[in-house]
Amino acid sequence: MALQDVCGLHNPPLFPQWTAPLSRSFMPEDSTHLSGGGIHGEAFSTRLPGRGGLSPLEFYMPIAEYLTESPINFGQTSLSSALTKLLEIDHLYPSLPSISLPPPTPCPISPSVPLPFTLSHGTTTLGFAFQGGVIAAADTRSSCSGLVACPASPKVLPIHSHLVGTTSGTSADCALWKRILSRELRLYQLRHRRRLSTGGAAKLLSHMLHPFKGTELCVAATLCGWDGDEEKHDVASTPQHANAPTNQMTAIIYVCSDGLRLQGELFSVGSGSPYAYSILDSSVYWGMSVQEATAVAREAVYRATYRDAYSGNNVDLYHVTAKGWRRRERENLKEEYYREKERERKRRVIAY
Amino acid sequence: MEYLIGIQGPDFVLVAADNVAASSIIQMKHDYDKMFKLSEKILLLCVGEAGDTVQFAEYIQKNVQLYKMRNGYELSPAAAANFTRKNLADYLRSRTPYHVNLLLAGYDEADGPGLYYMDYLSALAKAPFAAHGYGAFLTLSILDRYYRPGDSAISITRLNKRFILNLPSFTVRLIDKDGIHDMEKLPIGPK
Repeated sequence: MALQDVCGLHNPPLFPQWTAPLSRSFMPEDSTHLSGGGIHGEAFSTRLPGRGGLSPLEFYMPIAEYLTESPINFGQTSLSSALTKLLEIDHLYPSLPSISLPPPTPCPISPSVPLPFTLSHGTTTLGFAFQGGVIAAADTRSSCSGLVACPASPKVLPIHSHLVGTTSGTSADCALWKRILSRELRLYQLRHRRRLSTGGAAKLLSHMLHPFKGTELCVAATLCGWDGDEEKHDVASTPQHANAPTNQMTAIIYVCSDGLRLQGELFSVGSGSPYAYSILDSSVYWGMSVQEATAVAREAVYRATYRDAYSGNNVDLYHVTAKGWRRRERENLKEEYYREKERERKRRVIAY
Repeated sequence: MEYLIGIQGPDFVLVAADNVAASSIIQMKHDYDKMFKLSEKILLLCVGEAGDTVQFAEYIQKNVQLYKMRNGYELSPAAAANFTRKNLADYLRSRTPYHVNLLLAGYDEADGPGLYYMDYLSALAKAPFAAHGYGAFLTLSILDRYYRPGDSAISITRLNKRFILNLPSFTVRLIDKDGIHDMEKLPIGPK
């Protein structure tokens, strides 16, 4: 595997330092200065606390780090003991090539400690598949206990060239986990020389979020992607009949931090999702054109922002095809609102 | 709102589960399969809390398959049921208990068909018929009244159609000595 060749680490279990105590921590990423083809005792990077002796192929969970390094420590009780306990366990089994999830945080965030501000999950995001690919759309309002914290936040985040994820829940959690997912997918691509499918990415995200079940972490993402190689895009350009997504490579998977993972053709997530669902259920069909699909997605988000207080401002729209994702320019829904008011006014004038 | 049912016959087990995956008031999927195939002749039906069901059921599924790879032969339904119960019990008093209700249905060469009822408190009972969910309140009494140990498959399917509540559709599967068979998906219309 590429990384292992570069690092010169062919047999991690034989590597003496993996079983060394915590003080001689090893940073896998810094191992480029190790000469290849052999295990050497010297040329270590400086000690790095909090990393532990993880083999380069283990997925690194940043749980311990972000909890202790966060400038605002709220809701965490006696984490230092938890930290050392976590790292000790890592050292007992350093040579496991499998994904090792650290045990659930020994001290869960106690509900009696109040958070500095209420977390709210107001948003409208949606994703659906049709013959021309996948559309992912979302509003751009970030709300925080009754006020608009940011009117222009991106809620559809590209993860790699053929995968976008819509995010709902806590903005910070979503941003963090989207970045972690991007990193892990890139590592997978480097190691195995192929892109991980959307289903695999969803399963990976779901398993990474599982240790946090029961905590305040809230991530509800819809991964919308195109699987398969670019050479197969001619399959997609052949006209698809009404309900035949059989050789289509699209995949839409809803992943939630409480563990739910669902694959489907149409999902909408967030406080505005019921409003969006009603528009989408009536208008989306497999054979629609790209313009139609874009219009329906835009309309669904607009209607949701009209009714839902926690959704609003602009709409972001991404279209994923065999060639990758394309972003439509962000559109301010205020214009659409006034346009509709104008149409309504004209219609009323004509009627009387 | 989720529903599972299993009925054991003389040489088969019939199981059915609803197809809804819901998140609060929204039905996110209407064709969701709640049955997990543990081996050629064992099915695990799993309902409960959102993430726990898939997580736990897949864990059991992979472990049963690992057993087969390591030892060359498959776990019997009784052994698989006890293994599942043991895992549920181990996690029950941990920090992450799994809130899942299960039905395990299988056909053993030596013992014949078997249906095992498990709940989230890791109770295990081998039963001739069992159900989970609010629908169980309605169907168990009918089964108590009409179940005969020697019932044939056809009469039981008819019984199935009669008492299912207004959940839109169900996946039905039959396990006998030849393995797992998919039966027709039951959409519920006015009868």
